[in-house]
Amino acid sequence: MIETKKVDFFYGDFQALKNISMRMDKNTVTAFIGPSGCGKSTFLRLFNRMNDLIPDIHLKGECLIDGQDIYARGVEVDELRKKVGMVFQKPNPFPKSIFENVAYGLRVNGMRDKNFIEQRVEESLQSAALWGEVKDKLRKSAFELSGGQQQRLCIARALAISPSIVLMDEPASALDPISTAKIEELIHDLKKHYTIVIVTHNMQQAARVSDKTGFFMLGELIEFSDTKKMFINPEKEQTQNYITGRFG
Amino acid sequence: MKKLRKILERVIEAMLTVSGAVTSIAILLIVAFLFREGLGLFKSPTVERGYAVYVNSANPVQSLLPWQLKEIFDFQIENWNELGGPDEEIRVFRFNEIFSLYTDEQLDADNDYALLPERLAEVIAANPAIIAYLPQRYAPVEDESVKTVQTGTITMAQFFLGRKWMPTAKPAAQFGVLPLVLGTLMVSFMAILIALPLGLGVAIYMSELASERVRRLLKPAIELLAGIPSVVYGFFGLVVLVPLVQRTFNLDVGETAFTGSLILAIMALPTIITVAEDAMRNTPRAMREASLAMGATDWQTIYRVVIPYSLSGISAAVVLGIGRAIGETMAVLMVTGNAAVMPHTLFEPVRTIPATIAAELGEAASGSSHYQALFMLGCILFVITLIVSITAEAISKRKHEVGV
Ligand SMILES: Nc1ncnc2c1ncn2[C@@H]1O[C@H](COP(=O)(O)OP(=O)(O)O)[C@@H](O)[C@H]1O
Ligand SMILES: [Mg+2]
Repeated sequence: MIETKKVDFFYGDFQALKNISMRMDKNTVTAFIGPSGCGKSTFLRLFNRMNDLIPDIHLKGECLIDGQDIYARGVEVDELRKKVGMVFQKPNPFPKSIFENVAYGLRVNGMRDKNFIEQRVEESLQSAALWGEVKDKLRKSAFELSGGQQQRLCIARALAISPSIVLMDEPASALDPISTAKIEELIHDLKKHYTIVIVTHNMQQAARVSDKTGFFMLGELIEFSDTKKMFINPEKEQTQNYITGRFG
Repeated sequence: MKKLRKILERVIEAMLTVSGAVTSIAILLIVAFLFREGLGLFKSPTVERGYAVYVNSANPVQSLLPWQLKEIFDFQIENWNELGGPDEEIRVFRFNEIFSLYTDEQLDADNDYALLPERLAEVIAANPAIIAYLPQRYAPVEDESVKTVQTGTITMAQFFLGRKWMPTAKPAAQFGVLPLVLGTLMVSFMAILIALPLGLGVAIYMSELASERVRRLLKPAIELLAGIPSVVYGFFGLVVLVPLVQRTFNLDVGETAFTGSLILAIMALPTIITVAEDAMRNTPRAMREASLAMGATDWQTIYRVVIPYSLSGISAAVVLGIGRAIGETMAVLMVTGNAAVMPHTLFEPVRTIPATIAAELGEAASGSSHYQALFMLGCILFVITLIVSITAEAISKRKHEVGV
């Protein structure tokens, strides 16, 4: 479970998030939509503290995962990131073999047991619906896969270390329609075991995959409700305008 | 309008093609020239052109090798039986001696020493154990008592396996490159051994750990170091490193292979650092983020993702560093003591290939075998660098294809 309380976020002097409070429940899919530059990625990257990599940032408010403030003193960022996996917009496999890509998280966590690693790699690839396509070429470079396969490989890589939350930042925006459909189907399956937060600029996608949707604009959370309700009967006029395509 | 642009594009394309072709051909021609001049060495006679070696006809020895000639004239071989001849002490005869044996009149000096060949023949005929190194211009007439010894041409084996480099020795110059090749490899290898870990360390620090401000100060400073002329480094080496090495290791002389390695390492560092750092910084942000997002630490990300990803750039850094080390002339010439002898330890004077070329090319007569031997050294240098870059290429390629 993720919860934010009155979060303000600044890049230097620029306020990218304004007073955002939100709750995402276990084993649900939450989608963030909104025009580009409205702060969706910034908000998403709060949950695994990826924003920490950027110099001169500043956060106000609270950000809790399972009740614990992840920005509190003494929180180990690498431990947090093992619990909160992430899939990026562009597929970004390592220049390693397919197998080693998936095994990466296990290895950096000090896992040595060969059988366990092999088993975990297979399970993860299966969860990412990629096993059948790659089981005969695990030792081949990940770069030999198609874009859609690479993205599913990145999902498998994130799943391998058994996170409880998976963050996805426009995971299908660089993919063709068939690969996109596969990823969406996958998200649907993953919901059983993971809490998923997905950023998308594709409203149909949000409608198809998510249970709840948050609509952002200019750093503010305009509306947050059940996806069905949001798309059929939004409360705010701005939301209505955005999903009917009047701007964005 | 459109047509004009097309024509212009064609012209530019053609110009680029031509300049590319010209450059490639020029490079090939330079290499071809190098090898043509160099390979001429193996057709050159062992003894200087215009000279020959003569013995008494009674002497059964038919031919002599360069090192045998050298040792005979250095009095290291003193008896013919060491060369398969009779048990007789060798009498070495040098051309000058003839002037103390005969007066100018006896040699008919006024008449361009017309009698010189005859007199020389007399001397050789009179002494069955004699060996004489004489200009062919005044060559004694060959008859029952005088014969020429075959000295042959310089062979590849003598050149590549010879342990003595004495390019001006008379009567037979010694072109054994082994000490020079070993000297070069030793100095370069040691230099790389020092420079590589240091250089990569600094590169990692600069690209991954240093703050933007430190980096902005450090980077131009290091790039500046790369531009300092090598004589300046050599001078620094001579004034600072040579005494330092001498004192630290308690040596008789501070000009050693190790001193050369140190100065080369210092010189290769800026290149290695800048090239490797650029390569590492070029690792896409997405790669680092992917690694960090999996809970990898900064350090794990560096050695498991950044370094493998930038491996081809890093090997370029290594090649350039080694290239600089192997090809560097001046600084090494100044601090290694320049002794063309077989090196046994790092703490002896050595002589490298480039230093030899630089030091001797001026005094070698164009077209002489010494001159050809120096070109051959150039060829060896070329081949060594070629091997280094091919190896580096192969390594970086393999890692990239298979993944680590
Ligand atoms: N590293 C950064 N430094 C400064 N400003 C940033 C940085 N990243 C994003 N921003 C700004 O923050 C705002 C939100 O960006 P982002 O979260 O990426 O939006 P979205 O993902 O919704 O397109 C934008 O105005 C963007 O310009
Ligand atoms: Mg974004």
